[in-house]
Amino acid sequence: MADHPLPDGAVAKEWLAAMLLIRRFEERAGEMYAKAKVGGFLHLAIGEEATIVGSVRALRDADYLISTYRSHGHALARGTEPDRVMAELFGKETGLCRGRGGSMHMFDLERRFMGGYGIVGGNLPLAAGFGLASDYLGTEDATLCQFGDGASNQGTFGETLNLAALWKLPVVFMVTNNRFGMGTALERHSAVTDLHKRGEGFGVPGMTCDGMDALDTYAVTSEALRIAREERRPVLVEALTYRFRGHSMADPEEYRTKEQVAEWRKRDPLLTFGDRLVGEGVIDEPEREAMDAAAIARVDEAVAFADASPFPSPESLYDDVYVMGGQVRGWWSVDTTHPEAGPPTHPEETTASTGEVPQAMTAALEAGEDT
Amino acid sequence: MAVVRYRDALNQALREEMQRDERVMLMGEDIGVFNGAFKVTNGLLAEFGEKRVRDTPISENTIVGMGVGAAMIGLRPVVELMTINFSLLALDQIVNHAAHIHYMFGGQVRVPLVVRMPQGAGHQLGPTHSHSWEAIYLHVPGLLVAAPSTAADAKGLLKAAIRDDNPVIFIEHEYLYGQRGEVPEGEHVVDFGQAAIRREGDDVTIIGISRMAVTAEKAAVTLSSEHGVEAEVIDPRTLRPLDLDTILASVRKTGRCVIVEEGWPHGGVGANLAALIQEQAFDWLDAPVGRVTGADVPMPYSKPLEEIAYPHEPQVVQAALATIREV
Repeated sequence: MADHPLPDGAVAKEWLAAMLLIRRFEERAGEMYAKAKVGGFLHLAIGEEATIVGSVRALRDADYLISTYRSHGHALARGTEPDRVMAELFGKETGLCRGRGGSMHMFDLERRFMGGYGIVGGNLPLAAGFGLASDYLGTEDATLCQFGDGASNQGTFGETLNLAALWKLPVVFMVTNNRFGMGTALERHSAVTDLHKRGEGFGVPGMTCDGMDALDTYAVTSEALRIAREERRPVLVEALTYRFRGHSMADPEEYRTKEQVAEWRKRDPLLTFGDRLVGEGVIDEPEREAMDAAAIARVDEAVAFADASPFPSPESLYDDVYVMGGQVRGWWSVDTTHPEAGPPTHPEETTASTGEVPQAMTAALEAGEDT
Repeated sequence: MAVVRYRDALNQALREEMQRDERVMLMGEDIGVFNGAFKVTNGLLAEFGEKRVRDTPISENTIVGMGVGAAMIGLRPVVELMTINFSLLALDQIVNHAAHIHYMFGGQVRVPLVVRMPQGAGHQLGPTHSHSWEAIYLHVPGLLVAAPSTAADAKGLLKAAIRDDNPVIFIEHEYLYGQRGEVPEGEHVVDFGQAAIRREGDDVTIIGISRMAVTAEKAAVTLSSEHGVEAEVIDPRTLRPLDLDTILASVRKTGRCVIVEEGWPHGGVGANLAALIQEQAFDWLDAPVGRVTGADVPMPYSKPLEEIAYPHEPQVVQAALATIREV
């Protein structure tokens, strides 16, 4: 870790603040899950903060970031308001995706955070598509595609790396190797456990970084992005990290020992990076505590915001199934399973450009809710 | 009007849309140097170059997924899959990604992608190259589904598909590629969600899907000349959106309906249409809605077996007569 000098004080403090925010956010998200404020699956990135912040800070604003079902941290690191991430977890209308996506499907177009995806390995082809479009449109934008060690066994891994190399696409593929594909240890799911070597056969050179060290992750990702952007070729980066919590909240963790977790926790990136900032006089202990308190307060605000926000209205159920206009003149022309709403009776209705729902449909939905 | 083969009509649509919009680009296996497995993309590499006409490795899921990603940030990709059977390899990208992204991200991003592929039996290609699966894609909210049966519709619907901001599954037919038809000159765009009435009649409605619209028309001629039965033949042309109004108006007029498709019977297009018709026109029906479908088997190779595994004109005639005799 001492290999890399700290960036200047303000930058180093911002990185620590970003990691603290992710940690405290994830902890509160877990609590909210236990209170049943959050449904579905909840995958926490506790332990992986240095991988997230170190790599995301290597991006330019115009670059594209795409992630997995463990994506709250990526949105937060990209600058998305914690309020909107928490509100999405709560399934609220004010959530990033209006409560349509949930924990696994965050997305913030404005910040070019191109989404969390629930299908393991499903995001790799999309990342290559971003690279293709960037290349086609003649921009300098690069794409950073994050996925887990488990995803490196999907067919899309080989297919996408081959195509990205063949077409010289500006994409950095970052395998976040936290040593487990859900509950299956790396040694039990991969014949070759040095995952960065797996790109070589496809023409994609590999690099590794210490994913518990934001500085090393930043340095390696920066170089990989430079190669992608300037030399127009993809790179595979393996970030060696560890998640301190289970795969999801529904994980009894019978596949690993408490001792192993404890050993990795000694390398907690928040502790090591914070210690270093204090050690080098960038901050003092009271300031470190104040930064932590600020992160906790920010997350409290996010929870309050999410709690106070409304759920999506039943009338909005059909919003955004289709882009209206063009070939879709109204949801009823596509979804004909609700005869009570019926086809449009007035010709002018066929030109409606929004997913407005007739009264009968609303009534049917409300009746359904009561049963 | 010029008489053009179905495959050439598709080629015209691709060429014109590429000339019209720089963002339109093509990807697929052997679409460039080879000029397309079925020659739909013939000459396009020479005209537009390798940037816009891209031969891909055999990686269906990733080709479609790259199309999804490229569409999300500004291109309008048209991906060709060599047959509809191969699209199962890309089902994850088509359903979990292309169809869901606009909805699951709260409308923030669009996926203006077209995935083209042929289907259909008749060339002895056996169980992995011959199926008809409109029903699989019809099932999925978020997708638009077109299945043109004429050269004019092939061109007009493909142009509409490329211009639309939703992901479109564009189902062609191997038998139809070589068939000729009149195609209007100049700008010819066919809107989705508008069924075509191929033949008018008062006695029975026959709905034909994809190639079966052609078979249904032939059957209607026989019904008229040999049985004095005047069938109304409807080709829905697109299944999402579906022009149910035209179908219901016809059924309310004739009181009888037969649906003809090449796909399997269970959970098929006909099963879906029959449900919609009985839900919304039950009082007008004088007989149960009839279906003529492909046999409930993987498509066999041997010619005599293949012949009886997908519908032909006599079966459609029999099914139409059955709706009348049952009264």
